[in-house]
Amino acid sequence: MSPDRSESRSEGTRTVRPPGWEPEILAFCCSYCASAAAGEAGAVRLRYPAGTRILSTPCTGGIEMEHLLEAFEKGVDGVLVVGCPDGGCHFVEGNQRALRRLERVRAILDEIGLGGGRLRMVQLSDSMAPAFADHMREITETIRAMGPNPLKPARKESAGRS
Amino acid sequence: MIVASPKSITELKSIIAGHRKVLFVGCGTCVTVCLAGGEREVGIMAYAMRMARRLDKNPVEISQVTIERQCDNEFLKDLAEPASGVEAIVSFGCGAGVQAIAERFPDKPVYAGLDTQFLGILEGQAVWTEKCLGCGSCMLAEFGGICPITRCAKRLLNGPCGGSLEDRCEVDPEKPCAWQLIYKRLQAIGQLDRLEEVVPPKDWSTAWYGGARRVVRRDHQV
Repeated sequence: MSPDRSESRSEGTRTVRPPGWEPEILAFCCSYCASAAAGEAGAVRLRYPAGTRILSTPCTGGIEMEHLLEAFEKGVDGVLVVGCPDGGCHFVEGNQRALRRLERVRAILDEIGLGGGRLRMVQLSDSMAPAFADHMREITETIRAMGPNPLKPARKESAGRS
Repeated sequence: MIVASPKSITELKSIIAGHRKVLFVGCGTCVTVCLAGGEREVGIMAYAMRMARRLDKNPVEISQVTIERQCDNEFLKDLAEPASGVEAIVSFGCGAGVQAIAERFPDKPVYAGLDTQFLGILEGQAVWTEKCLGCGSCMLAEFGGICPITRCAKRLLNGPCGGSLEDRCEVDPEKPCAWQLIYKRLQAIGQLDRLEEVVPPKDWSTAWYGGARRVVRRDHQV
């Protein structure tokens, strides 16, 4: 999926932006829209950042706040939730629920000082592969400006020693 | 049910700042239903607190457990093991739950993770409203099942104050005038004549003004 993935896995273990660091973005993708868009993006060779990790989910409404928080606790730099357009949710209101949950998680991230800007939701349909790639690029650049998740280094360091 | 709301992460972080190993205890009854202190909310707060403390370079180890009811000794027994290795406990129950745990573990600091609000009901999606003050001497029969003690901002017992606008309370237009509701309700059930009786001042001796109350049912004691 991501041809340059190895480049993004640098020695990102220091507290400040390490050389060669590439934002690691976890993308929760609704299997009814975004997963297809991501697949289409790959099929037509659209490039999007190598640090992207796609996680397919049956509906964004099934994403619990704990899932998002755990991603950040484990050191992911940014999370993009990609759901269906308004009125297009296979489960009627799953995308609306996701939007509300994201609001609260963003508020939590702001309150603890990690930054709510690390979490974003976009809505698109399964035929919008170019938009998917654009959104991945946008959030990657946002996170690049914010710097690495400060919770990442300790975990990476200990993982590296084992 | 008892309605509560979560304390802010900032406030709770300050409360447990001096502890390195903390147990978060959720309650599976009222505060689970009002989305404040059940298993899910405890989990969310645990994630937030762990991250907040790591960002402060003051990491904390948080374990979590949710029991059926914190206000019942029968269920508090389940806390013995999880509480054994921690420095402090944060209860995500109502004020009664916090104090029940504190009594159960007299040698451990026990803190409240919630702000207990009131006795109320679920009015709409994620909206709870206060319905009962727990005054100890229920007068609902006289007012068509609508409590003026709780729901009238002025606690009037003999009709509206005259300040309401349409059917809204003058103290807070977001709220309905309790006396408007009482009138409509009594009209609907054919008991408007109740309004002709003058209600004497309420006897507040049954409320908490005399200190914490106690209910003893000897017929259920062995």
